[in-house]
Amino acid sequence: MSETTAQLLYLVAAVCFILALRGLSSPKTARNGNLIGAAGAGLATVTVFLYGDLDHELLILGAIAVGTVVGVVAAQRVQMTQMPQLVALFNGVGGAAAALVALLELDGIVDVDLAAVPTFTLVATAFTVVIGAVSFSGSMVTFAKLQGLITSRPVLFPGLPVLFGGALIGVVALSVVLVVEPRMWLGVILALVGLTVGVLLVLPVGGADVPIVISLLNAFTGLSVAAGGYILGNTLLLIGGTLVGAAGTLLTKLMANAMGRSLFNILFGALKGGSTLGGGEASDRPVRSASPQDVAILLAYASRVIVVPGYGLAVAQAQHTLRELVDVLGEKGIEVDYAIHPVAGRMPGHMNVLLAEAQVPYEQLKEMSDINGEFKQTDVVLVVGANDVVNPAAKTTPGAPIYGMPILAADEAKQVVFMKRSMRPGFAGIENELLFDPKTTLLFGDAKDMMGKLLSAVKSL
Amino acid sequence: MSEADLIWLTIFVLSVFVGIEVISKVSSTLHTPLMSGANAIHGIILLGAVIVTGLAESTGALVVGLIAVVFATVNMVGGFVVTDRMLQMFSGRKKEPRA
Repeated sequence: MSETTAQLLYLVAAVCFILALRGLSSPKTARNGNLIGAAGAGLATVTVFLYGDLDHELLILGAIAVGTVVGVVAAQRVQMTQMPQLVALFNGVGGAAAALVALLELDGIVDVDLAAVPTFTLVATAFTVVIGAVSFSGSMVTFAKLQGLITSRPVLFPGLPVLFGGALIGVVALSVVLVVEPRMWLGVILALVGLTVGVLLVLPVGGADVPIVISLLNAFTGLSVAAGGYILGNTLLLIGGTLVGAAGTLLTKLMANAMGRSLFNILFGALKGGSTLGGGEASDRPVRSASPQDVAILLAYASRVIVVPGYGLAVAQAQHTLRELVDVLGEKGIEVDYAIHPVAGRMPGHMNVLLAEAQVPYEQLKEMSDINGEFKQTDVVLVVGANDVVNPAAKTTPGAPIYGMPILAADEAKQVVFMKRSMRPGFAGIENELLFDPKTTLLFGDAKDMMGKLLSAVKSL
Repeated sequence: MSEADLIWLTIFVLSVFVGIEVISKVSSTLHTPLMSGANAIHGIILLGAVIVTGLAESTGALVVGLIAVVFATVNMVGGFVVTDRMLQMFSGRKKEPRA
């Protein structure tokens, strides 16, 4: 294959990536968009084998086979509730791959006449190593937080800001030295310091904000891939990486806006000591709890009901029963909608995926901005497995970790029913005043079990 | 800055604008699949991993290269497959009759 042919095929693949991102922005074209992206990636992979004069081809094909099996099995097996963790993992290994590629290039560079190596290539190498390493270790910490391997609350210790600042200065200093005096061992140390920066960057981020960090690290990996493309002289890596870097940065900003937070506040808010509220423990203040039968009557005699689904619903796998309940209420002539908070679930847009899995009709899913004005005219709000997204502390308590986040105005409805496992606070780790409000009723129990009881109680009315 | 670098810079700057422009109107419903799909696209680092591994001269470099190939493939293939799984459910519900 000639170089011209290879470059043209890379161009085709680059166009596929652009079409993929555009397709993914609209529900109608999203699936095709993703498939076009996959086709572009496949085409590019075949091209690199046909064009490049490569050794070890069988071993490389074997490694690709291993990666494919791992990737497909993980993607098929994962529960929809665990999607954020998986995206974090995939992002992390991508960042690691970029850093390793740059280190191998450095290994090649230090063997040749250094005078012939352009300075900017060395700058790009240092950049790829650092950002790839940050993305890898940051994603792994994110994974651990979401998977519950470490606490989802901000992890802080004395000296963390100093250590973080020191690591940042170390990264810059080592990069400068590497550019002036390229040595392999310097590259390895740079990677290790990069890993430290990634860990220190994500540890202080609170649970509810972690998804935004995934998006940010996603953009980081994109940029490191782009820099890797520059080192290798490969236009497709440059374009693909830059597209993801730019789109990922914008997406991060959009998500942060949806939560009413600035990115700086998300990353470093805890360092300023802003989120000390909330012990993360269950409260023993009195609340009003009721039986499924009481709640069934409440629902059956309402004329307007809004359901606020949260992550707890999906964990209990109660979304199918919930849909049945909503269908039954609909047959009784009650107007029921789902109010979807932008960050309901563990990741922006996550709840839409989870409810789509339960085949909830698209029209019943209302975005926060569209439905928030309707809570005042609503008889009953049924909050299932959600907490932080209806917590009035976001409006009333400066200093709360979620302060400033737009919330669903469930507190404006005439009655509120919480279906909860226990009095434990939500992911953000703070208490919800709405639980103690006189108009609030609590239905304790496993969401699936309770939802089943509620469904049969409503049916029998 | 060399002439080649100018071309690289041009491609980079234009790609930034394209990347921002194509997703600027995304609805929050699709944030998760979009993040996951974009995540799959940077798996294209696989090309870089294949190239450096194919040129590896020492066993050490070969092993590191192969690890990078596995990582990049997991990122790329897994990313596209899982995004498709999510989107499959989205298109499934469009078949439901409109209320």
